[in-house]
Formats: sequence, structure tokens, C-alpha cells
Amino acid sequence: MAKKTVTRADLSEAVYQNVGLSRTESAELVDRMFELMSEALEKENIVKLSSFGSFHVRKKNERIGRNPKTGVEVPISPRKVLVFKPSNILKDKINKSMLGR
Amino acid sequence: MIKSELIEKLAAQNPHLLQKDIENIVNTILDEMSNALAEGRRIELRGFGAFSVKNRSARIGRNPRTGEKVSVSEKYIPQFKAGKEIRERLNK
Repeated sequence: MAKKTVTRADLSEAVYQNVGLSRTESAELVDRMFELMSEALEKENIVKLSSFGSFHVRKKNERIGRNPKTGVEVPISPRKVLVFKPSNILKDKINKSMLGR
Repeated sequence: MIKSELIEKLAAQNPHLLQKDIENIVNTILDEMSNALAEGRRIELRGFGAFSVKNRSARIGRNPRTGEKVSVSEKYIPQFKAGKEIRERLNK
């Protein structure tokens, strides 16, 4: 069941088909949208897209990790991670379609 | 930032397009993504991250308050893994 992976090219093709801009401009707008989302995450740590889901930046404190191969303890530096919380609408849509109910 | 603010920013960068077209663009992109996930397809957006759909088997859960057993049916959940570029941008 090898389904084709969706890429930026597919998203800009959809914009091209639906909105009637040129292919170049459609591709440009797809890039701009994800760039604006990345900038907002850097600046305000949250992007909420109603009916799709929200992206949050979480701060992780320093902790002690362990190299699973050697067992050597190493400090893991504090860092920020990006998490995605799908909306209930998206979850329901996926489950309806995948489980057929 | 919420969706309407994203649309405003995108509109400000593209003054030759109508607000309504920008809304249509953003919704087209998000619809394309949710439709792909609903088909169980993976989405890879270089620099930003990748979405995939994971299966969770049915299991017997417990109500943590009462300890009562409840059956949880099989389900699918969308999963997101942040891309390298955004991880680096958030940590610089």
C-alpha cells in the first residue's frame, strides 16, 4: 500500500488548479505561507489553524540522557521542540475515512 | 498567530491579490493536507516538517479515576515531526 507522499509541489499544484494563479506564483505562495508560520513560531511560539490544528513550541529543560549503546550518561541541553496538536475535526475526518465509519 | 492573521500577513505581502484569493489559497493548502492525511498519505514539507498517519490498535483502557476497565477502539492519529531547519531556527 504505497501511497504517494504529498510535497510542496502537490500543494502548489492544488493552488494552481483551484485559484488560477501561475504555477510559479502558486509555488511562491505555498513557500510564503510556511515561512510565515515558521516566523510566527519563532516569535510567538504558537500557530493555530482552525479546523486543521495548532503548532506549539515547547521548552525542554536540561536532563541527563544515556547513550543506549554504551550506557554513558550525557547531559541533554535545554531546547525548544515543535509539537502539532491536530484539531478534533481533522482527527474525525481521518478516522471516518480510514475506518469507514 | 491564528489563521485570519496568517491570511492578513500573506495578503500584505501580495498586494496584487484579493483578500478572498488569499483565503482561498490558505484553505486550499490546508484542505489538500487534511485530504491527504484522510487517505493515509504522508506529507513532507522540507524545512518545516512531515505529517504521517499512525494506527492505534484497540486496547483495554482504564478510567484513571474509578479504575474501571473501558474498551478503546482502534483509531488513527496524525503525527507531526518537525523538520531540521525549523528545529535549528527555534534553537538559535
